[in-house]
Amino acid sequence: MSSPSGTGAVGEAGPPRQRELLSAADVTRIVARMAHQIIERTAPEPVVLVGIPTRGVPLAHRLADRIREFGGSSPRLGTLDITLYRDDLRRRPTRALQTTELPADGLDDVLVVLVDDVLYSGRTVAAALDALREYGRPRAVQLAVLVDRGHRELPLRADYVGKNLPTSRDEEVGVLLVETDGTDAVVIRRSQR
Amino acid sequence: MRHLLSAADLPREAATALLDTAEALKRSLLGREVRKLPTLRGRTVVTLFYEQSTRTRASFEIAGKWMSADVVNISAGDSSVGKGESLRDTAFTLAAMGADCVVIRHPASGAAHRLADWVPTHVINAGDGSHQHPTQALLDAATLRDRLGTLNGRTVTIVGDVLHSRVARSNIDLLITLGARVRLVAPPTLLPCGVENWGLREPRGWPVTVGHDLDAALSGTDAVMMLRVQAERMRGQFFPSAREYSINYGLTEARLALLPEHAVVLHPGPMLRGMEIAHSVADSPRAAITEQVRNGVHVRMAVLYHLLAAQEEQA
Repeated sequence: MSSPSGTGAVGEAGPPRQRELLSAADVTRIVARMAHQIIERTAPEPVVLVGIPTRGVPLAHRLADRIREFGGSSPRLGTLDITLYRDDLRRRPTRALQTTELPADGLDDVLVVLVDDVLYSGRTVAAALDALREYGRPRAVQLAVLVDRGHRELPLRADYVGKNLPTSRDEEVGVLLVETDGTDAVVIRRSQR
Repeated sequence: MRHLLSAADLPREAATALLDTAEALKRSLLGREVRKLPTLRGRTVVTLFYEQSTRTRASFEIAGKWMSADVVNISAGDSSVGKGESLRDTAFTLAAMGADCVVIRHPASGAAHRLADWVPTHVINAGDGSHQHPTQALLDAATLRDRLGTLNGRTVTIVGDVLHSRVARSNIDLLITLGARVRLVAPPTLLPCGVENWGLREPRGWPVTVGHDLDAALSGTDAVMMLRVQAERMRGQFFPSAREYSINYGLTEARLALLPEHAVVLHPGPMLRGMEIAHSVADSPRAAITEQVRNGVHVRMAVLYHLLAAQEEQA
């Protein structure tokens, strides 16, 4: 799920006023490092990687592939749509819902790692924690994000951060992934507003 | 979207969005311990029913409650309506108490439209006379999508009391919008004038075919939708006897065998078993009648979500 001005499609009109901060190779290396960190902190306990749509989902899949490749346990995967738990529904037009699919045996007493692309205000993660509670009582919940761009509005922090990118509020950070955007990159651009 | 008054008001994109939302809701509630979403917390939904109902009223109530709305049920029988209060005054009373949405069922066609002109709340038509029942059409479409994959290019045969049926009208509108072909089979006395042109309301629509021979219509049908014979709306003799109706237009086991293997049997309920549908057909795995009811809750959650959850559209 994209945060209010965290991610989104590249503007269609005009020349792109954006700068690439991370290349495809950077993204690959960062995902690999995050996978190692997750193994170090959690092994031998099996984890459930829960991606938050849109781009948290392919990221969770990539992390799972790397963890398996690096000899960690084989993580289970899930998808958690948090739209119905957002605190800003009344401020926006109707949002389409995305899929939620969690392991059939539930989330009770397991270690859940939430995966998202950008950590910004923290409201998406707060909504995800509310949503998770309806599906079970995990032993613990950790958070993995590819980019932390600061400007938290809630007392939250991530357990695994791919890259800290100090930004200004009038900038937008865009995470592009092959699965959703045809290419891997992290870009920064001036807000259109 | 401010109100849901008629299936004819839904363009294809809006109808598809509602069905997609309903499907996402169904999947996200599957296997959950806590079937409660916080989405409509603090919103008040009033169901105002001037006609009897089991499934529609209960379905709206459950849909609202699963999304954390406060749901208040009023039925005409035990309210001030019995003392002679008008629909308008009752509606203003409810709006003044802070209702955000009124779900109305009324024996007069057009009641929901009138209400939408009067009150500042959202209005959902839960059946007005023999005019419209849009959420029924949506839950039927959801069920057919589940079973058939898509409605585009499919053929749906609607059988029975078309004249008095809001279910038939809503379904014809929505099915044509979603790209399906519609066949109507009914006794000549239970078909409204000009019914063959109903499908042309949609710009890209096509005429519905009309016939009186059920056996002939069944082959090549992907779904058959049986309608209840609405005795309560009949003022006069529309067919000689229930027995004759049943012989000519009832869905029997022999007729079930005429349908293609994949065809689905629908009935909006309440069923008159032995009249329009045989016991064994209603209980057969080809019938999706229980699925219709289950989908009804998710479809109504989707409607409430699209009407109440988002930012108000600027008028």
